[in-house]
Amino acid sequence: MRKKSNVLSAIFLTLCSIIVLAPMVYTVSNSFMNTEEILKYYANDSTFGKYSAFHLIPDHVSFEAYFQMLLSRPDYLVKFWNSLWLTVTIVCGQIVISSLAGYSFSKLKFRGSNILFYLVIVMMMMPYQVTLVSNFIVLEKFRLVGKYAAVILPMIFYSFGVFLMKQSFDAIPNEVLDAAAIDGASEIQILFSIVLPMSKPGLGSLIILGFLDAWNMVEMPLVLLGDRSQYPLSIFLAQIATDNMSLGFSCSVLALIPPLLVFLYFEDELVEGIRFSNLK
Amino acid sequence: MLPKRRIISKSTFQSKTVRYPTSPFEREGCCIKRNSRVGLWFALPFLCGFFLFYIIPFAVSITYTFQTGRNEFAGLSNYRSVFASSAFQLAAINTGRFILVGVPLVVAVSLMLSLLLFRNFSGSALFRTIFLSPMVMPVASVAMLVQVFFSDKGVTNSILSLLGIPVQSWIQSDWAFVLLILLYIWKNAGYNLVLFLAGLKSISHEYFEIAMLEGAIGWDTFRYVTLPMLRPSLFFVLVISVVNTFKSFREAYLLGGDIPHKSIYVLQHFINNNFAGLNYARLSVAAFSVFVVLAALVFWLYKANRRVSEEL
Repeated sequence: MRKKSNVLSAIFLTLCSIIVLAPMVYTVSNSFMNTEEILKYYANDSTFGKYSAFHLIPDHVSFEAYFQMLLSRPDYLVKFWNSLWLTVTIVCGQIVISSLAGYSFSKLKFRGSNILFYLVIVMMMMPYQVTLVSNFIVLEKFRLVGKYAAVILPMIFYSFGVFLMKQSFDAIPNEVLDAAAIDGASEIQILFSIVLPMSKPGLGSLIILGFLDAWNMVEMPLVLLGDRSQYPLSIFLAQIATDNMSLGFSCSVLALIPPLLVFLYFEDELVEGIRFSNLK
Repeated sequence: MLPKRRIISKSTFQSKTVRYPTSPFEREGCCIKRNSRVGLWFALPFLCGFFLFYIIPFAVSITYTFQTGRNEFAGLSNYRSVFASSAFQLAAINTGRFILVGVPLVVAVSLMLSLLLFRNFSGSALFRTIFLSPMVMPVASVAMLVQVFFSDKGVTNSILSLLGIPVQSWIQSDWAFVLLILLYIWKNAGYNLVLFLAGLKSISHEYFEIAMLEGAIGWDTFRYVTLPMLRPSLFFVLVISVVNTFKSFREAYLLGGDIPHKSIYVLQHFINNNFAGLNYARLSVAAFSVFVVLAALVFWLYKANRRVSEEL
């Protein structure tokens, strides 16, 4: 009885997994088709009448799309590099700022810190557009609109990161910090040599979630970067996809690789970290 | 700004440590209270940016809502005109509808999957990774696939026409809403699932054993043991799910641009379009309304959560 229901649930979970993985598998397999094959199956005057056909397995495995993307023009690699350094800069900033603030909200409460933390939670929930105009006005005052700093600076002060770090620091018993304090460690030493190494789950989740958010940003660059040539891969990708589909698939794979690697590397930390993030 | 000093009276450690009481919510039993002035210094870098880029300009933008274009005091006329405009009403209704449909669905799906994974131990780590993986898929790639499959000449229509079923204009019809909801569930179920799994693992086995001894089976155990014990996780899942409904705007934008089909025209489109038209007053009214509603929601969830934690 028990065994039978287990088999049934395993079958059900496998079916769900197939649905969940389908988009990624489809993108990767289509990236190994050459332009002709893509046109044959998806173009308006394809051999299959006016509709696109479902086409999962390539007729001939071809690296043409990858060659085009990597070698024929520098654009795609430049965009990729743009996105990468923007994202890495933002995530590094978030780690420093969020750890300091999270430590303060968790272990060094000061007068008003509870109210401030409530404000952080409220801001964390807001859609980006709510603070869009506010952001724009300040950045314009500093003459930063149109520069990369306009995207980087506001993203570094990431409410969700502060929230995440605070929750994961809350899980560390105060006795540990007290012991270090008695041994003469300063607060900054306690944070960097004791608390942070103990909060790998929180850090890991911050890195994954911050990375994904920055890597996929759409709204901010559209408004805050003036020049189309500055757009990161996340926006450029949408354009490529409409212009040249086979390149769209291969660029999708390119755009998928960094977040996938970060995700696989920090997955265990993310799962642990999500466990701590429950509201208290 | 310095908090008053007070000697601990009810501490477990009867030492002479000086204590700086900071808030009524402070946890009991912590004995060495380190200098809380340092705390402000640690939070300062964040608070500077947070106030500079978000809070202060947002407060300034609230004043725009009471002004006309020529900086004259306008009273509530901006509010009246925005609330009466059909674009705002459509956007507000759609945003609310997306939350009311999407959040319960994603919670139900992820709760069901987590219950299955919780029982099914072998391979559950692999399934967990698979269900989390949509997180890493770039939004633009997802949008491209949706175009491939659901544009007027897309794969779905080709299959429908083969079967002799009338074709649909998926992205430019009410189906766009359904597509967006499905994408939302696909993307977010994994994260919620992990939250629920963590909640399930924290429930002591004894509860299930007692329930079994009392003769509870299947649904009863779920209804009277699992669900009440999961309530703390549920609150956070709800908060995160609401946050993530707003992120669906990215998909909506990449699929429909500035003016998508009216079934997926949400408040973010309204704000964005007013920004493009430099209509700050209307934009700020919408932004401030979202802020008020969400702040009230967070407050209510926070209070409800505290009540539940005290019950347990």
